[in-house]
Amino acid sequence: MKHTLQQVFHSPKFVVGFAIFMFILLAVIVYPLFVRAEPLAIIAQGTFFEPGIYVNVYDAIGSPPYILHLDDAAAKRIAGKLGDQERQDMKEWLLADGIPENEIDITNTEQLMDQWVNNYDRTKQVPGMTYAKQRYYQRLDASLEGILATEGVTIAAQNPATGALEETGTVAQSDYANISQVPNVRLLLLGTDNFGRDVLTELISATGTSLLIGLVAGLIATTIGLILGLMAGYMGGVVDDVVMFFTNIFTVIPTFVLLILISYSIGQEKRGAVTIAVVIGFTSWVWTARAVRAQVISLRNRDHVSLSKLSGHPIALIIFTDILPYIASYVIMALILQISSAILAEAGLSILGLGPKTTEVPTLGLMMNWAMIYQAHILGKWWAYFPVIITIAMVSFSLNLMNTGLDQVYNPALRE
Amino acid sequence: MKGYAKYFGKKLVWVLITLIFAFLLNFILPRMMPGDPVAVITQRATQGMTSASAVRSVYEQYQELFGTNKPLLTQFVLYIKNLAHGDFGISFSQYPRPVGEVLKSSLWWTLVLQLPAIIIGWLIGNILGALAAYLKGGYDKALMPLSIFASGMPAFGMAVILLVIFGVKLNWFPTSGGYGFDMIPNFSWAFIWSVIVHYMLPFWSIVLIIIGGQAIGMRSMSIYELNADYVKYSRFMGIKDSKIIRYVFRNAMLPQITGLALAIGTMVGGALVAEIIFSYPGLGYTLLNGIMGQDYPLISATTLIITVMVLTATFAIEILYGFIDPRIKAAQSD
Repeated sequence: MKHTLQQVFHSPKFVVGFAIFMFILLAVIVYPLFVRAEPLAIIAQGTFFEPGIYVNVYDAIGSPPYILHLDDAAAKRIAGKLGDQERQDMKEWLLADGIPENEIDITNTEQLMDQWVNNYDRTKQVPGMTYAKQRYYQRLDASLEGILATEGVTIAAQNPATGALEETGTVAQSDYANISQVPNVRLLLLGTDNFGRDVLTELISATGTSLLIGLVAGLIATTIGLILGLMAGYMGGVVDDVVMFFTNIFTVIPTFVLLILISYSIGQEKRGAVTIAVVIGFTSWVWTARAVRAQVISLRNRDHVSLSKLSGHPIALIIFTDILPYIASYVIMALILQISSAILAEAGLSILGLGPKTTEVPTLGLMMNWAMIYQAHILGKWWAYFPVIITIAMVSFSLNLMNTGLDQVYNPALRE
Repeated sequence: MKGYAKYFGKKLVWVLITLIFAFLLNFILPRMMPGDPVAVITQRATQGMTSASAVRSVYEQYQELFGTNKPLLTQFVLYIKNLAHGDFGISFSQYPRPVGEVLKSSLWWTLVLQLPAIIIGWLIGNILGALAAYLKGGYDKALMPLSIFASGMPAFGMAVILLVIFGVKLNWFPTSGGYGFDMIPNFSWAFIWSVIVHYMLPFWSIVLIIIGGQAIGMRSMSIYELNADYVKYSRFMGIKDSKIIRYVFRNAMLPQITGLALAIGTMVGGALVAEIIFSYPGLGYTLLNGIMGQDYPLISATTLIITVMVLTATFAIEILYGFIDPRIKAAQSD
């Protein structure tokens, strides 16, 4: 046993696959210890917030100000509102307004702003301009207001008795807040999804559920396959014929079709993550059964098995001591493959709208389904779908890599 | 020739048995669903109706129409009858269109998309895998992990990534549909061009996934064969490498063909989901509509057609295999 493990861990493919898988598993276990948020809690009002650090503006104003004199602060502030695209658009409007092109210099901020303020008229109809574009210019104009100002802003609070505004403080342009002193800062490493939920927390929880689905489905499929394969292979005769009859039928009927029909028949209400796992398990045992049967048939007439039979050992003992150890490596490899294909099957079902019901737990397939329904891929909200695809691909990549590594260890013909 | 007849006869019997099983499953499974599908469509049809007796009579009329109030056996006869007519009964969600009409066009879209994609993916994958086994070294080291990654990738994942890169970012190809949404199917160049352009992304997303899986399989098979005794013997005999390689790959190819017959169901399943990502007007998209609309005649007809497609493909491959592998003929004529 120890020797086998040593050999397995000498295979670079297995080690890389194992490391990736362990990393994913660790993330699933460790992350919830630090972030105790509900994975499906809706925290954002609105859809698809970009990944980043969200600092509470109210708290930032209230936290102690530090004065820093940084040379490029003003330039950055202007660039934040007046990017290259905005400058181009302004030039376009000014040109349409009749200002000669050689007088417009979009790199000279002050001159450009001057021309803009003097010439832009929000009520003016430029011929051939769409309504949407007009609205865009109105918004741009509003956002540019006070962009070149050097004074700070005044903070005022409403007096509850009189309703009048009373000055409570000022914020100068050189004021900074230390982010560690702002009490409410939320890191949304992967932004929020279409329902306003934290994608990272959701993704970790979904990965856990999907791994569980894979494990349950894989174990069920492998157990059924192993038992049927052993029975058919060892007993032979009528048992073999019956098992092979059903195995042959279910190898040709596409599993995916069976999955769709069964999941649909169960109905939306009763489809939990575990139910889906059980269904996947019960539809994917065929391969294991076939392979185990073939292996058992070749083992059945080996000398050590015959010796056991002659010694009068019971069937159970023969199977456990003389047959199972010989096919163990094979069964484990089959289990790994089953896990990875079950995770893919769940994802496929969920995209079709036949996944686990959506109110309890997220799964990788459901996250993908939500992202697709809300067109995250068309809208360019990569954080809603790309991490999900990568996670699914990495899980199945690591499992397949482990499998290839094992194959090379146990299958001398494939060694390099 | 007698050997072949026996081989094909045996295969044909299996196909027929499986087909009967598939029919039965297709009939029974959707009818085990909790809840009443007719109630759902009655609800849809009677929105705004206040009189309970009017709703009741609409419900009964629908029950009569779809035959859900009859005993299972009568329903089964009805099912077979509809099947024989080729219209699969009436669709719930697209009432009163017969299911057969809904499916007729989508079947072709799926066939034209998936058949070439699977064949081309299989060919490229096998060539790459064989090259990896033969050339070894850096090429093998680069191709193997890539293939494992591609084959582990879900088909819809590849579809989304291709869609975002080539459809949204680069804007080379359209992102959805089978042809321009402003067009009416006809035989003009503009329409054909539109179909070709829309074809590209779904096609390559399926091909890339299949290449990965096939390359891994072919590589293993070729390594087995390259290490076989007959190869060493031939080398001792001084037979040219190019000639040996031809034998090796022919032998390695045979299990790959059986592999294709067995894996084609899984491939089609993955490709159907990829169709959905591109809103391609094929069976996958129809299936999605059926599920959304709780339309079980549509679902069961779609799954039945997919099953028949897969069975036919499997049977065709097995026939082909019988002709290619001389051992089949030898085994049967004993």
